[in-house]
Amino acid sequence: MNRNKTAFLNGMRDGVPIALGYFAVAFSLGIVAKKAGLNPFQGFISSMLNHASAGEYAEFTVIMANAPYLEMAFVILVTNIRYLLMSCALSQRFDPGTSLFHRILAGFGITDEIFGISIGRAGALNPYYNYGAMAIALPSWSLGTACGIVAGNILPVSVVSALSVALYGMFIAIIIPVSKADKIVGGVVIASFLASFLVSRLSLFDSLSDSLKISLLTVLIAGLAAFFFPVKEEEEPLKHHTKEEPEYDA
Amino acid sequence: MTHNIYLYILTAAAVSCLIRILPLTLIRGKIKNPFIRSFLYYVPYVTLAVMTFPAIITAPQIPLAGILALLIGIAAAWKGVNMIGIAILCCAVVFICESAAAFIM
Repeated sequence: MNRNKTAFLNGMRDGVPIALGYFAVAFSLGIVAKKAGLNPFQGFISSMLNHASAGEYAEFTVIMANAPYLEMAFVILVTNIRYLLMSCALSQRFDPGTSLFHRILAGFGITDEIFGISIGRAGALNPYYNYGAMAIALPSWSLGTACGIVAGNILPVSVVSALSVALYGMFIAIIIPVSKADKIVGGVVIASFLASFLVSRLSLFDSLSDSLKISLLTVLIAGLAAFFFPVKEEEEPLKHHTKEEPEYDA
Repeated sequence: MTHNIYLYILTAAAVSCLIRILPLTLIRGKIKNPFIRSFLYYVPYVTLAVMTFPAIITAPQIPLAGILALLIGIAAAWKGVNMIGIAILCCAVVFICESAAAFIM
């Protein structure tokens, strides 16, 4: 029990810088949520349950488009599919005897950053470490979203305009370091930029919603990349995500 | 037909939860299929790239501000600036560009 308490406190400590960053980015996400017609409570609930920057951005795009629920399920599946990978990787880190309850709760709390710090822990992972990080990071993310919805219309237009790119800055921060380390990913990213630009310009695709365009392009481009450039068996597909770990894991 | 926002949120939450929880509870060994492994490896980067461009150009009031934010953001990421630093930098670039444009006009 004592060891669990220590793990929880360590998780909270490592969660503080994550929570601070989350608040700022979630604030800009709140501005998008407001555009989609969510009130602060709905934004809070959405962030508490879904807690994913790209995933929630896509979620709000679907709401804005008034698209079918099935499209929402498909879009979230595609934009959040990286969590499937992270969940697979985490399953290797738990003690085989870890109970179903702990697996479900720790799985619920997977985000890029929480995964990043937890995968860097030595030895078998204590789920209480994840709970500590979740306890401080997830409420911060949710409050940030709610505040963005409330304050988005108090702020001057120039500030809202500036904050609107914060989320994209975060996305750039995820894709560019990997593109630098892995030239194939770099090529895939450039191809994605070009394809996305073309689809946004061609009137042929005007009938598709933005979120559906994103999902279809993802399945198509990632499928082609996987077919032509399969990842070698010995390569650990998640190595890039663990690079951030020393930053937090003092 | 209009949809209920709470049902949208619940649908998104249910799918997210399943994605996060199922592998952790069901799969204990490594995924062997090379195509699925590779596909899953590329998916996050393609999704994020498609979401970022050209949306980063249309989000601010002035497209040029978005283009500059994209280029400077990429340069900063290349140099190893961390995630929050890049997010703040992109915001600053747009703010400065638009303030300058407003001043000139």
